[in-house]
Amino acid sequence: MNLTPLKRSILLAAARANEGHIASAFSVLDLLWVLYDQILRVDPRDPEAADRDRFVLSKGHASLALYAVLIAKGFCPGRTLDEFASLQSIFGGHPDRNKIPGVEASTGSLGHGFPMAVGMALGLRHKKSPARVFALIGDGEANEGSIWESILLAAHHRLNRLCCIVDHNHSTDRALKMDDLKNKFEAFDWEALDLDGHDHVAIAKALTREPGERPRAFIARTVKGCGCKPMENNPAWHHRAPTAEELPALLESLT
Amino acid sequence: MRNQLVATLESLLPADERLFLLLGDIGVYGFRDSLERFPSRVFNIGILEQATIGLGAGLALTGFTPVIHTIAPFLVERCLEQLKIDFCFQKLGGNFISVGASYDYAALGATHHCPADVPLLLNLPGMEIAVPGTAREFDRLFRQACFNGRPTYFRLSERENPIGFEVDFGRAQVIQTGGRAAILAMGPALTWVMPAVRDLDVTVLYYTCAHPFDADTLVRHCPHGRLLLCEPYYAGALVPEIVKALSPAPVRIECLGVPRRFIDRYGHAREQDVELGLTPDSVREKLAELMED
Repeated sequence: MNLTPLKRSILLAAARANEGHIASAFSVLDLLWVLYDQILRVDPRDPEAADRDRFVLSKGHASLALYAVLIAKGFCPGRTLDEFASLQSIFGGHPDRNKIPGVEASTGSLGHGFPMAVGMALGLRHKKSPARVFALIGDGEANEGSIWESILLAAHHRLNRLCCIVDHNHSTDRALKMDDLKNKFEAFDWEALDLDGHDHVAIAKALTREPGERPRAFIARTVKGCGCKPMENNPAWHHRAPTAEELPALLESLT
Repeated sequence: MRNQLVATLESLLPADERLFLLLGDIGVYGFRDSLERFPSRVFNIGILEQATIGLGAGLALTGFTPVIHTIAPFLVERCLEQLKIDFCFQKLGGNFISVGASYDYAALGATHHCPADVPLLLNLPGMEIAVPGTAREFDRLFRQACFNGRPTYFRLSERENPIGFEVDFGRAQVIQTGGRAAILAMGPALTWVMPAVRDLDVTVLYYTCAHPFDADTLVRHCPHGRLLLCEPYYAGALVPEIVKALSPAPVRIECLGVPRRFIDRYGHAREQDVELGLTPDSVREKLAELMED
């Protein structure tokens, strides 16, 4: 699936609002698309179904990717990204579960979403639900102590229907290198796999694997700003919207 | 109150499948029977408070009612952002039960003191705050509020008032009436207040909830605008609520509570009461100042 139209809508929305974490959104967009397109058992006509799978975007600043996918999948009928970050919009800089159908948790403070996903997995197991819980964290977010507290908890309680996807785009390296995250998860008694976070076939193959006995981590190799050459691995674009002058060239560069 | 916490939860856990109890590696012996009877709903979760609050929010998001229990500074001060975002902002129900109060653990030093709990939590929109003065009052307040779908903090203390009341969540009690001034006593502060005022022409209002705040009872019983506010945490936390309730009438408020400084001596909590001036004598002195005009 060519996601250039979604990337285009994200760029335009950010430019219009003069707001947004575009590069982070492009880093996770392929992962989110495959999740909602092939993996998650969710129904936009019944977004609160009891046994639906849960997805928590723990790195909430990548919200533009989530909104683009939710809109494309029919969760927000009549809505477009044109309203992003405007006064009355349901789509803010970080996702709000009380406003947006399909958003399972309000995130934005790093290190908060993943612990909630652990709690969801524990609650769903108590209900004997077949649902799975997927959380996506950033590698910078993995600096947070609450992430490692949660990794400990999930392993101890054998939450085998919980998956943690790490957007490992190395943006944290300028502050704190996370090095081999696969080894770190394994040291905490998780099952862990590496994958190419932009290869739809590889993502789908990995995420469709049946749950094992332990929670599972996917360390996704990603490129921050993927598909927009001037932004790729360019920290200047972490939290910046394009100017009117920059926008045409950025749109032209999308792949 | 800790024994009552066990008794209250042990009566509710079998009756309601929604309850999850998460212990921060305290109270484990007291809850040994519940840990054994309900291994999928009662956990000694460990010493990782921030993730515990988030995990509790995840349980709430799947339809359960979490009860999270640990010592006050680790529950409130370490986890303030989790309480703010995971529960208050998301509008989720949960119960947070602390022990230790301001300085019940006097001998353990400032790391285990938490006189800032109520003042801090008053800044979180939607957070309910209960300050029971006796074990039975905790039981009543908890049963009334625990399933109300809102985040609620219960501040347990080893200090109990000699006399308890049939309190209701969010409602104040009128203990005595008088014409010269009114006293608002919060939870265990009633212990310092009652011995000081029995022969005085003053009203005593007994509160067990800082939020929701019962403004109506205050307005009805403080027509003169002279109020002594007695709180067992940092002094003056409820002043904004009081001024708002009595506005636009002029009001003179004296405050008696824990002073805003680190308590750097040890001893017993009752010794700290004297050191910090939280005594009946202080109540009388403050009242004399208030009534001297």
